[in-house]
Amino acid sequence: MSSDAIAIPNAGTEARPWVEVMHEWVTTVDHKRLGILYIVYALIFLVVGGIEATIIRIQLIRAHNDFVSPQVFNRMFTMHGTTMIFFVAMPILFGFANYLVPLMIGARDMAFPRLNAFSFWLTALGGILLYFSFLGGNGLYGAGNAPDVGWWAYAPLTAKAFSPGPSSDYWTIALLISGFGSIGTAINLIATIFSLRCPGMTLGRMPLFAWLNLVMSGIVLIALTPLSAAQIMLLVDRYLGGHFFDTQAGGSAAIWMHFFWIFGHPEVYVLIIPSFAFMSEIIPVFSRKPIFGYPVMVGATVCIAFLSMSVWAHHIFTIGMSSSANSFFAITSMAIGVPTGIKIFNWIGTMWGGSIQFKTAMLFSVGFLFQFLIAGLTGIMLASAPFDWQLSLSYFVVAHFHYVIVGGILFAVFAAFYYWYPKMTGRMLNEPLGKLHFWLFFLGFHATFDVMHFAGILGMPRRIYTYEPRPGWETLNLIVTVGAFIQGVAILVFVANLVYSYFKGPKAGNDPWDAWTLEWSVSSPPPAYNFASIPVVESRRPLWDLKHPEDPDSRYE
Amino acid sequence: MSAVTSPIAESSLDWKLPYKGKVGMASLIIAESAIFTIFVVAYLFYLGKSITGPTPREVLETPIFFTICLLSSSLTIHLASKELENGHRKTFLILWSITIALGALFLFGTALEWHRLIYERGLTISTNLFGTTYYSLVGLHATHVTVGLVMLTVVLLFGLADRVGIDQSARIATLSMYWHFVDAVWVVVFTVVYLVGR
Amino acid sequence: MVRSDQIRKLLSKVAGIAVLLAGELLAASLCFGAPNNPSQLPSIFDPRSTPSKSIYHLSYFVLSITGLIFVVVFALLVYAVVKFRKRPGDDGREPAQVYGSTQIELAWTVIPILIVVVLFLATARVIHSIQDAPKPENAVEVVAVGHQFWWEFRYPQLGVVTANELHIPVSEGVQPTPTFLTLLSADTDHSFWVPQLAGKTDLIPNRVNHMWMDPYETGIFLGQCAQYCGTQHAKMLLRVYVDSSEEFAAWARAQQQPAVIGANVTAGQRVFETTACINCHAIGGTVADGRFGPDLTHLMSRQTIASGAAENTKANLRLWIQKPDAIKPGSLMPAMQLKNADLDALVDYLETLR
Repeated sequence: MSSDAIAIPNAGTEARPWVEVMHEWVTTVDHKRLGILYIVYALIFLVVGGIEATIIRIQLIRAHNDFVSPQVFNRMFTMHGTTMIFFVAMPILFGFANYLVPLMIGARDMAFPRLNAFSFWLTALGGILLYFSFLGGNGLYGAGNAPDVGWWAYAPLTAKAFSPGPSSDYWTIALLISGFGSIGTAINLIATIFSLRCPGMTLGRMPLFAWLNLVMSGIVLIALTPLSAAQIMLLVDRYLGGHFFDTQAGGSAAIWMHFFWIFGHPEVYVLIIPSFAFMSEIIPVFSRKPIFGYPVMVGATVCIAFLSMSVWAHHIFTIGMSSSANSFFAITSMAIGVPTGIKIFNWIGTMWGGSIQFKTAMLFSVGFLFQFLIAGLTGIMLASAPFDWQLSLSYFVVAHFHYVIVGGILFAVFAAFYYWYPKMTGRMLNEPLGKLHFWLFFLGFHATFDVMHFAGILGMPRRIYTYEPRPGWETLNLIVTVGAFIQGVAILVFVANLVYSYFKGPKAGNDPWDAWTLEWSVSSPPPAYNFASIPVVESRRPLWDLKHPEDPDSRYE
Repeated sequence: MSAVTSPIAESSLDWKLPYKGKVGMASLIIAESAIFTIFVVAYLFYLGKSITGPTPREVLETPIFFTICLLSSSLTIHLASKELENGHRKTFLILWSITIALGALFLFGTALEWHRLIYERGLTISTNLFGTTYYSLVGLHATHVTVGLVMLTVVLLFGLADRVGIDQSARIATLSMYWHFVDAVWVVVFTVVYLVGR
Repeated sequence: MVRSDQIRKLLSKVAGIAVLLAGELLAASLCFGAPNNPSQLPSIFDPRSTPSKSIYHLSYFVLSITGLIFVVVFALLVYAVVKFRKRPGDDGREPAQVYGSTQIELAWTVIPILIVVVLFLATARVIHSIQDAPKPENAVEVVAVGHQFWWEFRYPQLGVVTANELHIPVSEGVQPTPTFLTLLSADTDHSFWVPQLAGKTDLIPNRVNHMWMDPYETGIFLGQCAQYCGTQHAKMLLRVYVDSSEEFAAWARAQQQPAVIGANVTAGQRVFETTACINCHAIGGTVADGRFGPDLTHLMSRQTIASGAAENTKANLRLWIQKPDAIKPGSLMPAMQLKNADLDALVDYLETLR
């Protein structure tokens, strides 16, 4: 019997007034709708953040350029970083988690649907508040405009003395609000995964996607709150006369750095672990094999989560910590490369001996593996503290983390789009356009971020609105900028594909990829209640068991 | 492709998962612990680093009575929760009200202490590093007590309207977890500020 | 798909990757090629001092190991992608469902751990050798104070105060004379980075940091502030002049003198001392004793002004005083709003301060 046998009355039979549709979307507590809201919200900010990056790149295309003033440039890099981390990467990953986790564990919705909606709207409000700052214009000599203190907002640059207007407050309060939204989603995911799994789905039988989002949520709980704490302290300093970061009163600028990176490092694992989750679902399906080493994949991720709390000061190797402290953080930072590397091997092990189909989702996944490998290795270079004393605060680091975030996370997100868009919309994305998107983006990405490493090696620091015509700097920056434009074109192709396929894409059916987890057992898109009756599972791949009754997974687990 | 369903098997599996409210509250408590940890670290880091102004030793008086109030409220809320599980609604309401009273008393004590510190000893949040870290840490805790009292009062009102019975005991237990957490934090804050810090 | 289409697609992909590789080789060559004036390219792979040299050797070791890891894993990835792709003639059967392998997984856990141990030992040795190096008796001591957006340099042993252009002696021969810097900040965070001489160390308010360098060649070495410190972070440039010991001694002697004011510049001196100039700037031997801005006692001994933002010429000096935003918009030097006659006199005065 089919789960879409239960007809939904009035489903799409006549055009409803748009006010009614809007009202439904604004008041929804359905995890699938909220997931889509998160994803669309993030896509809009992806374009905005991309425009900010383009402005940066045009300004840096040659020495002593004057495309924008230093004040505008400093706002651009601050907003670009803040937007991409908090209003693109986090929402898009929460969006996919929201949509897929209940479906994958056989639940009807998240544990706390209203909290879910509240968390989304908090995040949305944060982004809008941050961008509201641009309306400050040139009042207060521009001190009331968008924040220009970098996305880390180091003290005492954010003190009233050096940032007299409300620009830093926009950064602080917008992130405080959206931070609470993120914590709400993390609480929701944890409660959902622990309390709403369908019968038979022990934690050991959960899809890796659910496991990894569980670990990610755990990190969010412990890592986002230090940032909130530091931001509250900053507000106390700026508005109540406090001295947390007031060096004139004996306060410490370094303590902000420590608090920020105690948040900041686990934060990057909050971003990469859901990307690992995508890879762990997509690579097996397109290799036609189960994930290689499921228990170790779980164990390695938990290991990464714990270790991630002990490495933060590798972001501040240059601030003059003792040699023992530097050595400690060097070894922990190198150590965290071990469980991470293991995962790469496990994914290759999954492909090994398989029958790999290079649909667009798989192309992006292979791109992820290649680029994440390189990013991890440049990370090892940065973990070697003395080497970091040269590379830190230069374009080498900028190249490294963009390699992780764009080459790793964004590639994984693209893969997730091509894989799950059919489930969410009922239509397939166009394959030839997808391949064009991939190759264009691959070319642009490498042109920009491979070359960027060399600029750092040649002594170019980051966050500079212009530079002296040192030998080689202009050539390198030119190539970097050209690559950025190519990436922009690729994104346009992608967006066009999303829109076109929504209306004209071929119908997907329940299970276009012949996959094995529960979301593929329901219609595309799923009905509002997800499952007609709650499934019962006996292995990690319930649909494999159904499709191969002569050789079910349950026999081997 | 048919859905994965096995309507009969549901009842044959003994499938017990933790109550989602408890899991959610535990997660919230973990997050809140992290925020308090950072404020405690800042407090400890800045001990002895104030350039001017009164030191903890000069101005702090250990609030023993009000601490006892708050910690006792953990006992009363625990008892209240147990009574509700057994269906004794009246006893539950009485114990619940005592909990609120004890919590309110604690807040009153904090207000008294702050009044004394500000007006008699000249210690404000902007006086020096000690003032900043002290008021922030104790204030953060007091805010959490206030939020807790609001939640407890809401439950009291529902209880007086005869809407709280055995069926709500799981939710009451979950809310009690939050109250116990607030008390546990006070144990830490008390130790750091009034014992270690002086 | 038709064979010619397949060939065309393959060729376009190969062409794209070839272009990419060519661009990268070009970029890489810039790092290792020999530009005309070697000391004008602040490359981290062109060390001229012990700390930067130790880092350079360590980096080669790290790069070899990570390079090897890359080659091995990349080869495995390419092999998997090529060997195990779905063939057109596939009969649609699923491949063998392998769930894992304890031996393989153990191997690829243990080997990385060993690599990490080796890397860490090499790293720890260099951390210690740079950070815990003892200061010899004859080291030159410099106190560097970071400001928004310029560098103050004080030589406590020599009684010298200067700005933006750091002079240190070459450190070679039997009795090396390294320079040990104490790093402070007057306002926000900065970072002292001259790649050819040492790794960077931050200047943080209310915190004392230390670094050292012992250049073994004379020359001019370039760098700049590396920690974002506000609007004009980009133009907080550094020039380190490594002088021979005689040159350095001569320079120090000249810097120790009070201002050598030329003749016929009393009008300019009066302008300086009766306007806001003396609030921020000091000129030794006169009443001007401001500390907020750079010390101007020996202004004309410097090749640049505004912390490297402009050449130290008469025209630039005039422009800097009258309209600093034309050179460094957002710097803390105010536009002095002087009448032309006063401005000319002032510049004439400043031009005598050698």
